[in-house]
Amino acid sequence: MSEERGRPYADPYVAGAALGLVLLAAYVVMGRGLGASGAFASGAAGIVAAASPDRAQANPYFARYLGGRGPWLDWLLFEIMGVFIGGYLSALAAGRIRREIERGPHMSSRARLGTAFAGGTIMGLGAVLARGCTSGLALTGGALLSVGSWVFIMSAFAAAYLFAPLMKRAWR
Amino acid sequence: MTAPFLDGSGGTTALIAAIVIGIAFGWTLERAGLGSARKLTGQFYFTDLTVFKVMFSAILVAMLGAFWLGRIGVLDLSRVYVPETFLLPQLIGGVVFGAGFVVAGLCPGTSCVAAATGRVDGLFVVLGMFSGVLVAGLAFAPLLSFYESTSRGSLTLPQLTHIPYGVIVFAIVAIALAGFRVAEFIERRAS
Repeated sequence: MSEERGRPYADPYVAGAALGLVLLAAYVVMGRGLGASGAFASGAAGIVAAASPDRAQANPYFARYLGGRGPWLDWLLFEIMGVFIGGYLSALAAGRIRREIERGPHMSSRARLGTAFAGGTIMGLGAVLARGCTSGLALTGGALLSVGSWVFIMSAFAAAYLFAPLMKRAWR
Repeated sequence: MTAPFLDGSGGTTALIAAIVIGIAFGWTLERAGLGSARKLTGQFYFTDLTVFKVMFSAILVAMLGAFWLGRIGVLDLSRVYVPETFLLPQLIGGVVFGAGFVVAGLCPGTSCVAAATGRVDGLFVVLGMFSGVLVAGLAFAPLLSFYESTSRGSLTLPQLTHIPYGVIVFAIVAIALAGFRVAEFIERRAS
């Protein structure tokens, strides 16, 4: 459960426009957009490579994260560290840091941690198949009018609405 | 000098830019309230449409910015990476992702913000994401042919439809503005 904590959130259109400017800045500075799931993939590739370098090199999914300066100096991994820092600083400034397990009114903390982990795992599989997530594929490619990005936006939202009734007891 | 300035660079300057851009990204997600799973899932029960409003405001601003900066010659769009299209993997991957999204209540980026602001459920989504990517990566061999199927390269909507870039941009702006009005109407009815 969670009551409103700290100062109220920003207007969604203002926050969204600011997010759009951040994305635009990424295009202008880096020639690429934002991302999140790619950082997880790079980290996973780094761990597999540390455990078994041969296996990582032979794996068609992880191998491509091993080029350049290696998986631990991946651009998205640094960007996602920034996301942790920026999210923390914003919440700190607004008095919104609080240790809690956010959940629906009919759900135990334990069950919530279970759905969080399971949902994350399912999303991870989806992001691998789709080559990205809400950040790197939907936002970044959506604004650049990528066909695959719009396919992903439509199918992800449609599926979320389709599965939402099954999860209603968990959230409402 | 034409933007992008650091495209293709993996150097230290690029990594510093990554942290700065990431901080701004995390800051705006947190400001919008998207570090909260209950707020995010309101989208799917028609009680709080913040996800739609934030996402489409962001897409509009970035889309219009890229279009106009390209048009006036400040940004060389041919050097901006457009996520490649793989129709079926992105269709099916989107379905799997969307299902995971409503179970987790957070997406990969917002789960990092949730975790950073003290939410333990956010941390568990982060750990789940990581395990999902790890398992899918380790069991990748049978997925490979599907993963590479229906490849269309960096295909964009103007290329697909042969409708001019500016017309598509205008149409998406019009659809999004109409969508915002519908979202406000739905929220008023829910409250």
